[in-house]
Amino acid sequence: MNANGTASPIVEVPLVDVRGIGKTFRTGTVALSGIDLTIASGAFLSLLGPSGCGKSTLLRLIAGLTPPSEGRIALHGVARGKIGFVFQEPTLMPWATVWDNVYLPLRLMGVAQGEAAPKIEATLAAVGLDAFASTYPRELSGGMKMRVSIARALVTEPQLLLLDEPFAALDEITRFKLNEDLLTLWQAHQWTVIFVTHSVFESVFLSNRIVVMTKRPGRIAADVPINLAYPREAALRTASDYTALCARLSHILAKAAQ
Amino acid sequence: MTHPARILAPLILGAVFLIAWEAAVRIEGIPSYILPGPILVAETLWSDGPSLLGSLAVTLRITLAALAAAVILGGAIAVCFAQWRLLEVSFFPYAVILQVTPIVSIAPLIIIWVNDTFASLLICAWIVAFFPIVANTTLGLNSADRNLAALFQLYGASRWQALRFLRLPSALPLFLAGVRISGGLALIGAVVAEFVAGTGGTSTGLASRILEAGYRLEIPRLFAALFLLSLSGILIFAALSWLSNALLKRWHESALPDEE
Repeated sequence: MNANGTASPIVEVPLVDVRGIGKTFRTGTVALSGIDLTIASGAFLSLLGPSGCGKSTLLRLIAGLTPPSEGRIALHGVARGKIGFVFQEPTLMPWATVWDNVYLPLRLMGVAQGEAAPKIEATLAAVGLDAFASTYPRELSGGMKMRVSIARALVTEPQLLLLDEPFAALDEITRFKLNEDLLTLWQAHQWTVIFVTHSVFESVFLSNRIVVMTKRPGRIAADVPINLAYPREAALRTASDYTALCARLSHILAKAAQ
Repeated sequence: MTHPARILAPLILGAVFLIAWEAAVRIEGIPSYILPGPILVAETLWSDGPSLLGSLAVTLRITLAALAAAVILGGAIAVCFAQWRLLEVSFFPYAVILQVTPIVSIAPLIIIWVNDTFASLLICAWIVAFFPIVANTTLGLNSADRNLAALFQLYGASRWQALRFLRLPSALPLFLAGVRISGGLALIGAVVAEFVAGTGGTSTGLASRILEAGYRLEIPRLFAALFLLSLSGILIFAALSWLSNALLKRWHESALPDEE
């Protein structure tokens, strides 16, 4: 919906509209101040910043998990349950099988098991876990647990996918593989992605837009479009235009972290 | 440690202890009304077994009923505490008071107030047994993973769904640990209550048999009764440990098999 109520076929309606957001914790810490951010539908946006810059807080605000202290956030046309969230830890229910963990969002939304089954199986297949449906989380490796966590976020066919440093705890080989698989899934479905990371290389590899944040209180330091063509494959990691962008972003990040 | 050693080591220790006991009794010539040897206790257990087992059944009936009541009421109280914070802050101090008051001191009152012997003993045993379940389960219900709780919020889960799918499973390991403690306490509570009631001559449980044997200086029978009580306690603990293990073995750290 447009603010003036007229439909405009030319101007793209943003999916996420963040206006003047500030967040002050009860302890008095100012985590975020004066954040304005408009995110178009279908974007793959990375929030890049030093530790403690409030990027995770911004993600939780967008998800509606905590209220802002000032400003407002509008999600246009995002239905209930159409937001997927992936935490830094896999955050699985240890008492439930992989299948039941992925079923959780649908179960909470009142979808019967039989009706949910085809979606769950398709999602498990998409993240390469179809053989592990009846496995318990403790029997899985760190990378596989993260795949379950991603499958759980994807099972509702989200319009908006929020990822909070999801691969930070994984080894590099696993992280690269998951980066590539995530991109493949994003290209197939074109959800809007907001990806929080402190890794320059990861953000340049994945996204078509990077928002760099300053250290606390978090403000937006730079908003950089990444015009590398998709599909992006492993070979890109050594390409000169990729490394040049990484160098540029590293420089911006270093200044923002001062 | 290898599996046979885990079983053999305590068995050997027990055998050495029994032999030393028997030897000490024989060498020192200790009379059986002071300290009977294990062989005499075993003989008494054999000869008086049927009558003692009848009394044991009375005590166990109270114990198991008290444990069942502690599990059901204790669990329900904990769920109410977790769902309504105001209830918890209002009632928890009184649950603590009930717990720290020695049961021996309130048992006589309960036995006076409640006419039915079985019911009065059951109440005493329940008072001793219910608190670990309430305390543990409340703690478990309140320690569900914060991020998982955030996911429930994200998908618009109701309070009931959060309880059913997140808080109850999170609380299960601590609840079961509480039940294990309560099993032993229910037996202690039942025996203590019988002792108090037994002085009034209204009970036929194993505790009253111990009292009676003590008065008559039938110390071998007292030991036989004690042995049955200990054995019951061990069996209750073993059964509850097995149950806990069976329920948790697929996912909880406490029930995982040793790394090979």
